[in-house]
Amino acid sequence: MFQKILTSALFAGFCAGLLAAALQFVFVQPVLLHAELYEGGDLVHFGGEAISAHPELPGFDAMRDGLSILFTVLIYVGYALLLIGAMALADERGIAINARNGIIWGLAGFVAFHFAPAISLPPEVPGVAAADVAARQVWWWGAVAATVLGLGLIAFGNGMVMWGVAAVLLLAPHIIGAPHPDEFSGPVPPEIAALFASRALGVGLFAWGLLGLFAGYFWRRESATA
Amino acid sequence: MTALVQTVSKSTLLSVVSAIVLGFGIITVAGHVQAATLHDAAHDVRHATGFPCH
Repeated sequence: MFQKILTSALFAGFCAGLLAAALQFVFVQPVLLHAELYEGGDLVHFGGEAISAHPELPGFDAMRDGLSILFTVLIYVGYALLLIGAMALADERGIAINARNGIIWGLAGFVAFHFAPAISLPPEVPGVAAADVAARQVWWWGAVAATVLGLGLIAFGNGMVMWGVAAVLLLAPHIIGAPHPDEFSGPVPPEIAALFASRALGVGLFAWGLLGLFAGYFWRRESATA
Repeated sequence: MTALVQTVSKSTLLSVVSAIVLGFGIITVAGHVQAATLHDAAHDVRHATGFPCH
């Protein structure tokens, strides 16, 4: 069983990770590089003359972008292990898993790992002011765990009580609140920060949908040949 | 969820827990550990994936 989960996760994570890296490269990286011009002080806004919104950005950097591809694939293999682990549990209980309903699983993963944490801790553009990183990471994992449990109860729980508990779990991280900075000092224009956050979420949505599709496909394929 | 866990065999549960521990480990190392080399290598991805960075 472990071998089946591992094999499916490697294939699904690799396929989705490569596509996620490509999407990030096209849609997120230019916004990140633009923000870094402000983070590094090459561009300054506020208090001076209006600044062009279309500066020349650094091009492809084999080392930097190669590492990004590698780490994106790694992270999506990690996601795939969690997703297919959950699929294996459902499968054992008689819930059919395939590429089509895998997309639903993937979208649930997107909600748990990207969207829910982003409600209170939006994807950060380089240079933004932020609270202590360890505190944010603890909150991030807490928000992910609570959302996974909440979505699990909605999908597999029975009765209104379970749904009530699910609602509490989904809302709790945001009622408790994420760590935020005491002062604002970010040099990046809000236009760039907003675009960065929505692009990061948009790419996450597509990539997790693809991850779910591949996870369902490879899990079913492995099950058929096992 | 309890019912879900109760109806699966011990070997399945062990495999699933192992997969989840491994997945958790990979995401932690690639996305969250703040060691300088790791941070620099994964910097762009951590921002783009919405992980807390810096």
